[in-house]
Amino acid sequence: MILCKDVSYKYEDADKGNSKLAVDHVTFEVKKGEFLVILGRNGSGKSTIAKHMNALLIPTGGKVYVENFDTCDEKNIWNIRNKAGMVFQNPDNQIVATIVEEDVAFGPENLGVLPEEIRLRVDDCLKRVNMQEYKRYAPHLLSGGQKQRVAIAGVLAMRPDCIIFDESTAMLDPSGRREVMNTIKEINGKYNMTVILITHYMEEAVEANRIIVMDEGKIIMEGTPRNIFSQVGKMKDIGLDVPQMTELAYELRANGVNIRSDILTIDEMVSELCRLK
Amino acid sequence: MSIKIENLTHIYMKNSPFEKKALDDVNIEIKDGEFVALIGHTGSGKSTLIQHINGLLKPDSGKIIVDGVDITEKKINLSFIRKKIGLVFQYPEYQLFEETIEKDIAFGPKNLGLSDDDINNRVKRAMNIVGLKYEEYKDRSPFDLSGGQKRRVAIAGVVAMEPRVLILDEPTAGLDPKGRDDILGEIKSLQKEYKLTIILVSHSMEDVAKLADRIIVMHNGRCILDGSPVQVFKEIDTLESVGLAVPQVTYMVRKLKHEGINISEDIFTIEQAKEEILRLLNKG
Repeated sequence: MILCKDVSYKYEDADKGNSKLAVDHVTFEVKKGEFLVILGRNGSGKSTIAKHMNALLIPTGGKVYVENFDTCDEKNIWNIRNKAGMVFQNPDNQIVATIVEEDVAFGPENLGVLPEEIRLRVDDCLKRVNMQEYKRYAPHLLSGGQKQRVAIAGVLAMRPDCIIFDESTAMLDPSGRREVMNTIKEINGKYNMTVILITHYMEEAVEANRIIVMDEGKIIMEGTPRNIFSQVGKMKDIGLDVPQMTELAYELRANGVNIRSDILTIDEMVSELCRLK
Repeated sequence: MSIKIENLTHIYMKNSPFEKKALDDVNIEIKDGEFVALIGHTGSGKSTLIQHINGLLKPDSGKIIVDGVDITEKKINLSFIRKKIGLVFQYPEYQLFEETIEKDIAFGPKNLGLSDDDINNRVKRAMNIVGLKYEEYKDRSPFDLSGGQKRRVAIAGVVAMEPRVLILDEPTAGLDPKGRDDILGEIKSLQKEYKLTIILVSHSMEDVAKLADRIIVMHNGRCILDGSPVQVFKEIDTLESVGLAVPQVTYMVRKLKHEGINISEDIFTIEQAKEEILRLLNKG
């Protein structure tokens, strides 16, 4: 679906004449239908690499291919944006219309989709994010989680194959976060949409098929959630975290309890503890 | 310095079709030196409440008494409130504007009309408190820093006003885990070492459980729960019905109980869970 080949990106600061390598020779592939999470500290390059995946940024070294379209070639930009959509952190910055359904229609309208087709897409996409009852609402009357789901519907209406979520849950309260995560899981599982999620919440990363950990512009770890999070010491050294249950298992092991080190969820912890008891 | 909030009501867009009671008869007393966490879903009234506490908004009815003075009075001197109560907004780094970090932090104290020596001392102290080395950072541009460090500069700007009460609106939103833990550690030390009263707005139940002496839960403009973490996190059903949650370990404890394991219910942090599980296993 998406191939990043030896990608580098250098930010130039014209005033001071210095530059910074935000992404440093990164290679990886995102497979169709995959749920990939990218973790990393602030400034590790994860948002920069994400912006390469729908040609918001063009690599200063290496190549990015979205379904075989080279992002360096300007002719491909609209094909790429049709394939890969993006949802950002702040819900208030990405809603353009004054009525929910008009906001969802904005993308397809700009693609020149016929009005009858737009109507069908808008209704279908609002249903997919469970917001059909709100189609005539003004967006400012919605909660953060609801606004983010409208933003997701707006991207879905452009019929992409892949959606990149750049810390899309960071500004939400617990129920908003849960709503958006459920929607993300559903579009991945039920509609087979490729999902790339950037997050600081380790509990969200547990849901992924694969995790990539970035630090100082490089990929330093890659694997399944179980594999990545069982390396508690290493994750903490990088300045990241592990899910609460993994940390508890780690602490118990440090105190001589013979418990699995790769526990991720509450259910796994409960069954392990019941076994030990 | 205590804060007493009595029958506070605030109505947005009064006498219009959009009229909404943002605060509805709120009564809270916050004691000197307390660490209070304010939780509630988006739109529950948290932000409206904290904006009243430092005088940015005036209520439709009710009183807020700070150090014996009712700050909702029309004639109140606003600088009286601002000197005592500092407010750190969400994403405060967007408010940085000066050329150097030193100048940015000095902006508030300068406006208090202090002497240059006093200002300099305050800037040094504030930077020290938030963990920024004065000599290393004073002449750098705040815009060249990472997200977490920018936020430290913004918090230092409020700390340099030397308020007695510090209100922080989601100070860790968008920060990575290390940045989050560092900032929260500094906020805790402001309470412990510098005896500030802290009011923390947060969406993270885990952070709240670790830090707060007391939790206030807002819903539809009302204060629906108010108590210690033990008291508030017992109300799992109430919290979930208003879009909140309890810490992960508390859900774990509930499941263990369900499986017939006799574990204490007053567990909200990983540390507490570890101790309790070790106790249970060693006993058995």
